[in-house]
Amino acid sequence: MTVMQHVWIVLGVLFVLLNIAAGLIWVERRMLAMWQDRLGPNRAGPLGILIVLADTLKLFFKEDWIPPFADKWVFIVAPAVVVGSVLMSFVIIPFTPQIIVSDLNVGILFFLAMSSLGVYSIVLGGWASNNKYSLLGAMRGASQMIAYEVFMGLSLMGVVMLTGSFKLGDIVNAQKDMWFVVKQPLGLILFFIAGIAETHRLPFDIPEAESELVAGYHSEYSGMKFGMFFIGEYLGITLISAVTVTMFFGGWLGWSFLPPWAWFFLKTFAFILFFILLRASLPRPRYDQLMETGWKILLPLALANLMITGAVALLIRG
Amino acid sequence: MNYLFYISSIVAIAATVMVITRHQPVHALLYLVVSFLGVAMIFLSLGAPFVATLEIILYAGAIIVLFIFVVMMLNLGRESAIQEKQWMQPKTWIGPSILTAILLGELLVLLTMGGSVPMPQQTVDLKKIPLSLYGEYVIAVELTGFLLMAGIVGAAHIGRHKKKYLHRFLKQEEEAV
Repeated sequence: MTVMQHVWIVLGVLFVLLNIAAGLIWVERRMLAMWQDRLGPNRAGPLGILIVLADTLKLFFKEDWIPPFADKWVFIVAPAVVVGSVLMSFVIIPFTPQIIVSDLNVGILFFLAMSSLGVYSIVLGGWASNNKYSLLGAMRGASQMIAYEVFMGLSLMGVVMLTGSFKLGDIVNAQKDMWFVVKQPLGLILFFIAGIAETHRLPFDIPEAESELVAGYHSEYSGMKFGMFFIGEYLGITLISAVTVTMFFGGWLGWSFLPPWAWFFLKTFAFILFFILLRASLPRPRYDQLMETGWKILLPLALANLMITGAVALLIRG
Repeated sequence: MNYLFYISSIVAIAATVMVITRHQPVHALLYLVVSFLGVAMIFLSLGAPFVATLEIILYAGAIIVLFIFVVMMLNLGRESAIQEKQWMQPKTWIGPSILTAILLGELLVLLTMGGSVPMPQQTVDLKKIPLSLYGEYVIAVELTGFLLMAGIVGAAHIGRHKKKYLHRFLKQEEEAV
């Protein structure tokens, strides 16, 4: 591939992702309203789709206030970290056999590395705000994300074992006969739970918990800095959905009446909708319940899944 | 490739110097993250992507988060930053710095006098790492396992719940249940 092709792929991926993240503002509001028997956005444009424009304009023109008691530079850097780390993770996602920014041979490990750096946005944002609610949110966020990161990696290793490669391209190609969701159902469930906790979406949004902590780690943020956290969250949902599709649901593979990219986007969109359905239907657990389930139930399950997968893989290979 | 190595080395060294000289502990830890990212880039430029990613996952992504977590809990205010500033007087660091600078100069002279070794250009195959860990170095891996187990036992011992002392009314209630 020439340099120009690489540049086009990078720009194209960025363009599509940022538009999806913005469009999700409307999708989420509309779907939540449907599932909760409300009307939802219906004023601006057909079916209220121009709410995206109205929301973005509002965020751009709001006063971008940095509290005088905040640690100024850390306060500014924090929202950029989340968007940066999530966008970096998309480097390894194969949208189709050709459209992939870089099929690294450490593949899925790179995704884990970048998502582990995403914690900093919460921790630093909450700390720099110099506000008790924000600090509480940051501490919850840090412990939640460290706890759930541990078995997030472990739950994916079953798939890596069955494929024998970290490369996402190889992983998708290994699913030509059967999707890994059949062989690794436990891995899928564990990864998805960890994914919800990593993106701190409802029901696991305890770092934010507006009913207890105002808005948690981003209480002090306004204007486009808040917008970055907002976009980062939607990009995170898209990322977790895309990784789930690639690892467990055969990525771009599908019947030939639709092109590969269409299959990838359809599957990813189904998971994004599932994320929104979870928000519409589940209550938030208590903080200690979340930590106990993480360390005492989900981590041992992930280890057991890994052990059994390893034993079976050894038996089959002889 | 050499340029990438030198640039990331300079970033790592500069970040480490900033770690030492910051007064605010959280700022120091942030520079430490940058320093780890620089070291990860060094590994990557030397053809060891696996070690590079592990460096980011473990050090930058987990250990430093725990450090920041502890610093946040301590909630060190302005006073500790002022105290740090007082400890960083030039008269305390200039002497040792000059002496180490002389040693560094000597090291550089020695390194340039000796013949240079070309940088490795090939990437380490991912499968070689587990094969050597669980083949050649299996005893070292198991000994490390012992060491970590000792750490976990120690942590469990420290974090164990203390015996509960209840008021006699509550005690009766608990026994009734």
